[in-house]
Amino acid sequence: MDIKDLTITECSKMLGKGETTSTELTEMFIKQAKRLNPDINAFITIVEEEAVLAAKDADEKLKAGVKAPLLGIPIAIKDNICTKGIRTTCASKILHNFIPPYDATVVEKLKSHGMVILGKTNMDEFAMGSSNETSFFGPVRNPHDTERIPGGSSGGSAACVAASMSPAALGSDTGGSIRQPASLCGVVGLKPTYGLVSRYGLIAFGSSLDQIGPITKTVKDAALILENIAGRDERDSTSLKTPVPPYSQLLIRKINDLTIGVPKEYFIEGMNEDVSIKIKNSINLLKSLGAKIKEISLPHSDYGIAVYYLIATAEASSNLARYDGVKYGHRAENVKDLHEMYVKTKKEGFGEEVKRRIMLGTFSLASGYYDAYYKKASKVRTLIKKDFEDAFKEVNVIVCPTSPETAFKLGEKTDDPIKMYLSDIFTVNVNLAGLPAVSIPCGVDSKNLPIGLQIIGNYMDEQTVLNVAYAFEQANK
Amino acid sequence: MSYEAVIGLEVHAQLLTNTKIFCGCSTKFGAEPNSQTCPVCLGLPGVLPVLNKKVVEYAIMLGLATNCRINKDSFFARKNYFYPDLPKGYQISQYELPICSDGYLMIKTDVGEKRIGITRIHMEEDAGKLIHEGNSSLVDLNRAGTPLLEIVSEPDLRSSVEAVAYLKELRQILLYLGICDGNMEEGSFRCDANISVRKKGEQKFGTKAELKNINSFRFIQRAIDYEIERQIDIIESGGKVVQETRLFDSVKGITISMRSKEEAHDYRYFPEPDLMPVIFDDSLIEEVRKKMPELPYVKKRRFISEYVLPEYDVEVLTTEKDVAIFYEECVKLYNNPKALSNFFMTEILKELNEKKVGIRETKLSPQALKELFSLLDENKINANGAKAMLPEMMASGTPPAILMEKMGLAQISGESELIGVINDTLKENKTELINYLSGKDKLFSFFVGQVMKKTKGKANPKVLNELLKKRLSEIRIDDVDNF
Repeated sequence: MDIKDLTITECSKMLGKGETTSTELTEMFIKQAKRLNPDINAFITIVEEEAVLAAKDADEKLKAGVKAPLLGIPIAIKDNICTKGIRTTCASKILHNFIPPYDATVVEKLKSHGMVILGKTNMDEFAMGSSNETSFFGPVRNPHDTERIPGGSSGGSAACVAASMSPAALGSDTGGSIRQPASLCGVVGLKPTYGLVSRYGLIAFGSSLDQIGPITKTVKDAALILENIAGRDERDSTSLKTPVPPYSQLLIRKINDLTIGVPKEYFIEGMNEDVSIKIKNSINLLKSLGAKIKEISLPHSDYGIAVYYLIATAEASSNLARYDGVKYGHRAENVKDLHEMYVKTKKEGFGEEVKRRIMLGTFSLASGYYDAYYKKASKVRTLIKKDFEDAFKEVNVIVCPTSPETAFKLGEKTDDPIKMYLSDIFTVNVNLAGLPAVSIPCGVDSKNLPIGLQIIGNYMDEQTVLNVAYAFEQANK
Repeated sequence: MSYEAVIGLEVHAQLLTNTKIFCGCSTKFGAEPNSQTCPVCLGLPGVLPVLNKKVVEYAIMLGLATNCRINKDSFFARKNYFYPDLPKGYQISQYELPICSDGYLMIKTDVGEKRIGITRIHMEEDAGKLIHEGNSSLVDLNRAGTPLLEIVSEPDLRSSVEAVAYLKELRQILLYLGICDGNMEEGSFRCDANISVRKKGEQKFGTKAELKNINSFRFIQRAIDYEIERQIDIIESGGKVVQETRLFDSVKGITISMRSKEEAHDYRYFPEPDLMPVIFDDSLIEEVRKKMPELPYVKKRRFISEYVLPEYDVEVLTTEKDVAIFYEECVKLYNNPKALSNFFMTEILKELNEKKVGIRETKLSPQALKELFSLLDENKINANGAKAMLPEMMASGTPPAILMEKMGLAQISGESELIGVINDTLKENKTELINYLSGKDKLFSFFVGQVMKKTKGKANPKVLNELLKKRLSEIRIDDVDNF
């Protein structure tokens, strides 16, 4: 068997037929991960021993005839999702030694479904970045070209799936952090509706925007993971009470009854030409499958980046206040008083980008500036939401590029934060509106670098998003 | 020139919920440091708060009791500041829209009744505690996440006396509702005071100083009085009061500057994204209203009309809810409100004060008290006997009839027994007897006293009076020597 073909569905089939064992699969992926990690740096931590133990446990169950689609299948977890007993660093020095005493709800769920955790994936520090260059543990490299970035912040998760170091991974998406790296690495990345997946145990960046979601090789795999991590969690007050449908079983390729919206604001000047062509081709493909294509307008789109960087940073400035060296994580040595301990701990523990965003957010909440920044941004956020509400009165899904460009070179944008922030121009609005969206591969550019198509759905309508993605994926084979 | 003080109070009341406001940890006071904590109240990375619904109920309850508007759509906010006892680096509180607003309560002072406005009541979490040891400080997070209600008054108070009256009234309401234990020493009822002075007749407020965390009624009164004097002195000597936070030094009885306005925190409040807005409908308010016990001011009015008691009695009987309820249970069994009230005020409350216990902590029952009064009515014991039996009834719960025998307090009502004692008494006090017979009527009570002494207070006073009167009328002054 070729490790590149080992999707969850494929693994599950083989395990069911007794053609392989969870232990064999796990060892195979660990071997691949250990072989490639020195180049790709997708993993911060690989937990070989625990993984093999979990795989053996799964094999026992498989032998006993237990049937479950995820049983015995390996997965990688982004390092901002808490794993009991396994170091969870957020790719930051300040948490470099933090071992959570509890599992995030999603981890608890995956374990209960028999999944085998291979390790913790690299990311931008505290999920702040679009290139995975802000990690304390060094940048992740794109498996398609190791001179290039994998996207961020879930760059490790996307790269490890793209390099077949794991059949699937969990990422988190605050402004595009699942979809943009999925796009740049040529894999499927799904950001669910805000509240569909519990955030309990996800180390917060922008609490009103953060969502955990799957990164996989196929749409069906994404659907499978989603249906097994979604659902009401009493420990997360923002989690939704709506029942979770079995997305993977309800997947259909029929889209000829759907209207697909194409927002005119998302085809901007200066966009990479290859991206533009491939997205247009993709829209034509969807049309050929019978979907109606309709041009729509999302008039407040332009404000997305500004609004996002005010709200996300404001929340982050508060969320990251707890890393003060008092209870856990890094604490500065040789300090003369409490104030100095705080200052030095944070100065040493946080990287440049994190500091920049804490400063931005602190400023946006400061008295005298609050109304002009945070509050105004919240109001514009409502308008952005309303744009989508209006659009979804006319269309079933919206399609657009995930990223305006393909993977760029390491260091290319590190000196220009604004340029870097613009990488998220097509993804942030979805988070601001709390909508589900997927990025699926739709071709490559002239340098053979992957391009992603973003499919945005209405609130809680993951099924339609997945159906369109599925139809596209099957037709684009 | 005469000045008037303008005072507004901020009270923090810890709620008597079993668990913390955002997690399932116990709120019990005095446990081993950091033993009542979990990832949520420790503020570990990735955890989320879940609101304890009881806190909402209690907030509504206090809002109704203080005539507030109950906001059915309020939300939590983060108050950001750094301190080692604040594990998340922010306190979850309410800011823009609190759960209750625009209420009032009535206070009574020597000058009469006055209405004091309540600006707002909001829900929030308490911080932990720091214990300083030599060069280092230790953090105990048991208290972190204990639910608090912050009650903010309008600047309607004009003196320390009014301030204390307001605090006592508010505390009594909290105790009656059973939502706070009101313990000021342990910090479950804490008070900050905003104080300014202005010339009488002036409309504009003066510059205020905020006094932090004063932990007894006596200190509050002294701190406010000192602060008023201090501010007047500044103005009189041509100076200007500066806006600042001050601390009360209870040893020296003065207030000292803690931080100025420039050093004040910018709390960077913003809506808490981890919690949903607190939305409920009228049915919850009605449900809470039904659960509410009778409030002190309602109970007072009812005691006056129903039991025809003087206002003074009612004040005393209703000071503590448990006493008031106990009293009513007694009245139901023994329908003589005034007699009971007297006994409560002179005997029972005195005993409770001395022993420093609550009435429910004793073994005294309304039934036993009724039996005690029956013994009195049947002349089996006298008032002294009843008084003597009370401490034992409270301590052991022994029924009064048994206790009466055990303590040998049964009254001597038998004439034959009493007449012997009377004769002995008269013989032993011949001088007084001669004086009495010569017209000094007042000595009658002397003889009563002597008989009581001899019988150790057990003589039935009514029988004794009659017999003594009869016996004295039989003796002539000439017979005294041969008596």
